[in-house]
Amino acid sequence: MPITVTSRDSELTIALSGEIDHHAARELMAQLDQTVAERLPAHLVLDLSGVTFMDSSGIAVLLRARRQLGHNGGVLRVANIPAQARRVLDAAGIGRLISLE
Amino acid sequence: MKAMDQASITFTSRSANEGFARACAACFAAQLDPTLDEVADIKTAVSEAVTNAIVHAYPDCLGKITLRLRLFEGGVLEFQVRDSGVGIPDVDQARTPLFTTGGEERSGMGFTIMESFMDGLKVRSQPGKGTVVTMRKRIARRAGVSK
Ligand SMILES: Nc1ncnc2c1ncn2[C@@H]1O[C@H](COP(=O)(O)OP(=O)(O)OP(=O)(O)O)[C@@H](O)[C@H]1O
Ligand SMILES: [Mg+2]
Repeated sequence: MPITVTSRDSELTIALSGEIDHHAARELMAQLDQTVAERLPAHLVLDLSGVTFMDSSGIAVLLRARRQLGHNGGVLRVANIPAQARRVLDAAGIGRLISLE
Repeated sequence: MKAMDQASITFTSRSANEGFARACAACFAAQLDPTLDEVADIKTAVSEAVTNAIVHAYPDCLGKITLRLRLFEGGVLEFQVRDSGVGIPDVDQARTPLFTTGGEERSGMGFTIMESFMDGLKVRSQPGKGTVVTMRKRIARRAGVSK
């Protein structure tokens, strides 16, 4: 899955796209791990506007990004959440753990 | 209850088939002219059940997974995902939110999502024999559409 990384001030934005299922998740996790380890952002925004499908495998991706970031005191936000992904995140109550906008 | 229509596909427990199974379920449902939200719910729930069969039922081998699709009177769709894998020792525990045996890569929310996106979820499992997950969803009749 191609990701797009842009940064402004202390904020790093990673745009995800395509279908985030178990098939895609492993490679995506590796890409996110590497980007976070290289850039050590204080604020990370995961932009989901290009995500056409997401299931619980995507939840694990977000929770892992939050954990990786937390090791260095960084904060995660998830932005531009399409309707289907929003329903999955809501059903799992992820809004209590990660800031969703 | 007799099914008005039925289709069934069997595929190998490769993760590439998750998208294939979702697409099959959505195509079968299309005959009821579902809303985009209903299609999304179906794809999500089927993805969860099929992913479980791929990840949990056959942890270190490839096995067979069967997705059976059925249509009943009144716009009721049934999606059944069957595997012949390791099985679930305690189904009630497995269905508890956040329960997972999958470690860091899983969140333990699959059954919770299936339950909230479908109108009914039944799980039958026998350790060493396999698991059958049956989900039903009623597609609402839309104005001007006869079913
Ligand atoms: N087909 C199956 N065969 C064997 N065990 C299963 C099967 N489906 C589910 N399980 C067991 O039930 C548990 C809960 O499943 P559930 O889908 O709710 O969560 P998960 O798969 O662990 O995580 P997530 O779905 O959030 O990625 C699994 O961790 C696994 O132990
Ligand atoms: Mg699961």
